[in-house]
Amino acid sequence: MRTPLFIFWQFVVAAALFGLFRYIGNDYVFFAGYTVLEFIVLATAWNILGGYCGYVNFGSAGFFALGAYSTIFLYTVGQQADDIFPESMAQVTGLIFPLPLPVLIVFGGMVAGLVGLGMGYLTLRLRGVFFAIGTLALAVVLQTFIVNWSFVGGSRGAYVIPPNEIAVLGPYIQYLFLLMLLLVVVALTTARLIERSRLGYGFATIRDDELAAEACGVPTLRLKLIATVLSGALMGMAGAPFPFYIGYVEPGSAFDLSYAVNSIAMPMIGGTTMWAGPMIGAILLGTLQQLATVTISSAANLLIVGLLLIGFVIVAPNGIVGLWQKWIGSRWKS
Amino acid sequence: MTAPLLKVDQLSKRFGGFIALDNIDLAVAEGERVGLIGPNGSGKSTLVNCICGTLHNDTGSVSFAGDSIDGLIAHERTRRGLARSFQLPRPFMSMTVAENIRVPLLYTVAARAGHHVSTAETKSRCMELLKLVALDHKAGKNPRDLTQVEMRKLELARAMAAEPKLLIADEAMAGLSHSEVEDIVALLIRLNERGITIILIEHIMRAVMNFSQRLVVLVSGKKIADGKPDDVIKDKDVIGAYLGQ
Amino acid sequence: MDFNLLINAIIAGLMLGAFYAAVTAGISISFGMLDIVNIAHPAFILLGSYIAYIVNVELGVDPIIVSILVLPAFYLLGGAVYQIYYLSFEKYGQESLRGLAFFFGLLFVTEVCLLLIFGVDYRSVTAIYMGPSLRFWQLEFPLRLLVPALASVAMFLGLQVYLSRTFIGRAVMAVSQDPMALRLMAVDPTRIKRIAFGMSIATASMAGAFLIIIQPVIPSVGRDYIGRIFAICVLGGLGSLPGTLIAALLLGVIESITSVFYGPSWSPAVSFGLLLLTLAVRPSGLLGR
Repeated sequence: MRTPLFIFWQFVVAAALFGLFRYIGNDYVFFAGYTVLEFIVLATAWNILGGYCGYVNFGSAGFFALGAYSTIFLYTVGQQADDIFPESMAQVTGLIFPLPLPVLIVFGGMVAGLVGLGMGYLTLRLRGVFFAIGTLALAVVLQTFIVNWSFVGGSRGAYVIPPNEIAVLGPYIQYLFLLMLLLVVVALTTARLIERSRLGYGFATIRDDELAAEACGVPTLRLKLIATVLSGALMGMAGAPFPFYIGYVEPGSAFDLSYAVNSIAMPMIGGTTMWAGPMIGAILLGTLQQLATVTISSAANLLIVGLLLIGFVIVAPNGIVGLWQKWIGSRWKS
Repeated sequence: MTAPLLKVDQLSKRFGGFIALDNIDLAVAEGERVGLIGPNGSGKSTLVNCICGTLHNDTGSVSFAGDSIDGLIAHERTRRGLARSFQLPRPFMSMTVAENIRVPLLYTVAARAGHHVSTAETKSRCMELLKLVALDHKAGKNPRDLTQVEMRKLELARAMAAEPKLLIADEAMAGLSHSEVEDIVALLIRLNERGITIILIEHIMRAVMNFSQRLVVLVSGKKIADGKPDDVIKDKDVIGAYLGQ
Repeated sequence: MDFNLLINAIIAGLMLGAFYAAVTAGISISFGMLDIVNIAHPAFILLGSYIAYIVNVELGVDPIIVSILVLPAFYLLGGAVYQIYYLSFEKYGQESLRGLAFFFGLLFVTEVCLLLIFGVDYRSVTAIYMGPSLRFWQLEFPLRLLVPALASVAMFLGLQVYLSRTFIGRAVMAVSQDPMALRLMAVDPTRIKRIAFGMSIATASMAGAFLIIIQPVIPSVGRDYIGRIFAICVLGGLGSLPGTLIAALLLGVIESITSVFYGPSWSPAVSFGLLLLTLAVRPSGLLGR
């Protein structure tokens, strides 16, 4: 299937989903659905670096939080524009702020992508293991900086007040849901494009045998940096609307370890070799967690995720997609 | 006298206290067929790794086609025209045999050409190379399904796919049968006639003697002989250190 | 600058550093020598802490004694974990992605289980040396820091002696460098690795007891230590026990000074920042091979 057609079908499914939720009429499905969509983006983003290249990122929370806190930063700047900017600029700032959410998303993506680039440059020339530990280090260092940065709220946290309603749609959450749907389309399309391109081959050689890849002429460092930037940027974009979704952001929730675990567990359970795997994992685990949080407890649902991760990693390393492929007995790659 | 294609100057490499390579000098002229022999552990593979950029040499320099390649990283050297096969085959396990060949075509040849090479052309060059090593019937298989011998052929084919000016074949023939060895030697000579300079690292003396125009002997990290094959095998030091056993 | 404050910060840092060395000793073995990225090590330490806590609270036994008593159990646990790791990943060369994910899952599951059992309240132990301090002139040595520090050094030295003097110990040090040579000596590398990994988890038992003496614990404390452990390991040079000790002392002192003069909220960044710096500048560490 050619890419434009793929995008078209995604829009069809997205529109159908949106229509269904509107029909149900309960705001809760939008809130819960948003979380699942967010997971699809995070899982797909993680998989670009983790599944395709074989480089594990433990710091997904860091990139996600970068997106969230870029939003908070720009929001706060907008709120305090009169204090920050000179009088003469009042007209300009009045026009720019408050920045629309799509702009914030792009900005969050850029910030996260840039940080990914910097960190990648520091650690990607070393073994994959050091990169993984480096990502963990990055998340903690970022969190410590945010905790000590009072402009974005520090450890007290920051409030972001979204509008209650939005034109055409009604409840603001539906607007957020729509934007996240768009991000899912972007993420899935990116992943699928990579898979089918020369870049995808390059990533696979890095995963299989980096030394041999270099000997074949593959510029491994450059490709790894591309993967890190793409992955980080997508995660940042997923995080950018978060403050508007939740209203109050403090470092603990933005940098929560569950983001790291979920963004690893979902692709590994769903399947790391193709674009659909992380999506499948995200939908399954996302809904499972929504149910568990409501019925048992939020700690228990994380336990389930952790156990499933360990179980799948040992027993079914190619995830659900892998199991299905084995069952069909055929190969996907042409 | 034209400049050599590959020039290695006073190259040394040590691992901690162990001297793997001790001031190696080597010059390979364009179009030459050089054989590199020596006992296990003498530094042959280390030398290859240093030439190709997989390892950093401590001292000395390497130049290729007249330019110094000392600062270049491995994939850049491959793109300049330096290719090697690995002693222990390292195929990409998540791809088919054909896709393995495609990687150097996509990343070295296409990069060198500066423009996008069409999928059809890549596929045909792929099959051409596989036919050359008699692996075309296994094009769609995973490397895991290949025999040891077939994996060595794949390794060689993948190195050839990078369309190198200089190909270093590192013990590509271990475990092959008599006729298979002859096939590979004939293949390498054919490649050489097309203009590819080849360094053959081997233990199978028959193959080395048939193939080489010049023989270099490495023992304990030092080069102890470098000349015509017939002269080298009669050299006392060579016989003592390697052949006479 | 208040010299008294500085000196005492350094002393506290050194004692803390000695403790960090005990915490890192296990990873020095599993990561430094066996090349196994056991990112779940802090979870095992926490496990040790909580076991020491229960026995201490219920039976009044000194936590360090408890940890020594449960050493065999931890050793066996380590062996079992390694066996699973080996059969699932190492055998097939898949350890980079899957192995990491496996240990990460283990870290997570252990933390959540401890959370579910013990809750979010801080737990601490009681022992005779928890309160008082030794005082020389202006220098203060809180026993709550000093006793674990000395015990850590003892454990560390014991480990070093074992690894360099006994056959098994030397086999452990050899297994990462030359498994083939071991095979030729009729020693099964897998068995040696299992023993070594068991040892590394056994150290976690003692480190856990030290931890809960030094500070009250909750399950998430483990995460603070991931950065410290790997920072020390990398800075000290992988596989070098002396290097680990030096790096640990260094980190302890830097953290202590930072905490005293700039506030404790910057502490987590110290170890992780140091790690990133080391990785960027000198990945082989101070004494690395």
